[in-house]
Amino acid sequence: MSIALEDVYKPSEDVVAREIEGEIIIVPLVAGIGDMEDELFTLNDTGKAIWDKLDGQRSLADVVTALSPKFAAEDGTIQRDVLALVAALVARKLLTRA
Amino acid sequence: MSGYVIRRKVGEQPLWQHGSPLLGRLDIELTERCDNDCVHCCICLPEHDEDARRREMSTAELQAVLTQAAALGALSVRFTGGEPLIRDDFEELYLFARRLGLKVMLFTNARGVTPEIADLLARVPPLELVEVSVYGMSAQTCESATRCRGSYEEFRRGVELLLERGVRFVVKGALLPGLAGEVAEFEAWAATLPAMDKPPGYSMFFDLRGRREGGGSAAEPPAVGCDVERRNETIRRARLSPADGVRFLTRDRERYLKDMREFCSKFMRPPGDKLFSCGAGHGACVDAYGAVQACLPLRAPQTTVSLRGGSGGGGEGGSAAEPPAAASAAFDTARLRYALTEAFPRLRETRATNPEYLRRCAVCFLKGLCEQCPAKSWAESGTLDTPVEYLCEVAHEQARDLRLLEPGERAWEIEDWKVRVERI
Repeated sequence: MSIALEDVYKPSEDVVAREIEGEIIIVPLVAGIGDMEDELFTLNDTGKAIWDKLDGQRSLADVVTALSPKFAAEDGTIQRDVLALVAALVARKLLTRA
Repeated sequence: MSGYVIRRKVGEQPLWQHGSPLLGRLDIELTERCDNDCVHCCICLPEHDEDARRREMSTAELQAVLTQAAALGALSVRFTGGEPLIRDDFEELYLFARRLGLKVMLFTNARGVTPEIADLLARVPPLELVEVSVYGMSAQTCESATRCRGSYEEFRRGVELLLERGVRFVVKGALLPGLAGEVAEFEAWAATLPAMDKPPGYSMFFDLRGRREGGGSAAEPPAVGCDVERRNETIRRARLSPADGVRFLTRDRERYLKDMREFCSKFMRPPGDKLFSCGAGHGACVDAYGAVQACLPLRAPQTTVSLRGGSGGGGEGGSAAEPPAAASAAFDTARLRYALTEAFPRLRETRATNPEYLRRCAVCFLKGLCEQCPAKSWAESGTLDTPVEYLCEVAHEQARDLRLLEPGERAWEIEDWKVRVERI
């Protein structure tokens, strides 16, 4: 599945995302996401910043724009990070297209 | 690219970079009622005890507790009882907890596993292994423990439903005379279960009932429907003798010795006069009536905080743990935070004053082998610091078996205990 900048994504209804002690913890709700007991997903700092913007309203291009002032990154880095994270989250069924 | 999103196994890696949450897991006793009437059980009230049912937390109260647990950072909740599946609102509570992002650990006898519940657990997995208690491998042995005709059939049907739906569960045994004669059969069957990666655990040195006659308040009601003394007598009769218990523990002697060498090097030392050297109070448990306890078996009213307000423990000296403003009878889950931040840290500083405890337990190096604790002391004697003779005998039997003690020696009198521990 290709991920395009004009696409809009939101957290899957099959997971519950919680913020605990500054960490985003993504807890599978239905079968087929985590494979085993005790399995959860967390995000690294970059992933967390991107996740916070994936609200089902903004396009991925808007997410890149919104993050640009926050990160002093080289041209294209934020876009690459956003697309890569979204691909990883979609592959794990943690994110769906809005 | 997968570095953005990290698959984590709780317990294997630290989840928290900036400090762990106030509450890791909450244990909730959904009911004290049970559809079994096990001879060894320190909790069960009759399934149809209407008085107990009336006093239990409502669905809304339990949902408020779960919401508060999630707000305090809990990642999981344990539903136990009694038998949690006999509550009419079990499915509603289970889904509520899971939708809060809580993993659910379910302790059950499996009798109440219906096709609907098995489907639910398969569709919305608990993310923790279900734990099923086993009392026998035949109707005769099982029902000699459960004292309920038909319980074995229902247990087997429940387990089959879990297997059919692919719900992962482990089994554990209660070492009563029936199952004790079927250990090989039980363990062979357990080894066929997909989630069993080690032999089943057993309960064998059974606790007496932790609710003592005469103790009563909104949060600690007297045990209606259960004659405490009669039940305790039944439990005492169900207990293994210390010698039989040790014989069972050492049945795989090589493995036992290997485990004990490691265990003893870490945990054998006199505990001193501080009563809580365990994890009690670092987490929290809520009983069926809304009392927050430092651990599941510790029912002493003066150690609990009632979510329902009122005067706390009452009946047995009142509650030292209650917040001063707990006079209203409103159900207030903020008291869970109070318990964790104020009452339980204070409780954990409690020191023994009973001269007999100070003479024996406080200076006894068998602490690692002995199950003596404030909860068990409370159940046996109504104080937090009275030596429990049965547990003392079990620990001494184990110590003699390990050659830590010679016949006739008492562990609290041994001065060269470090040398003996190193010799194992």
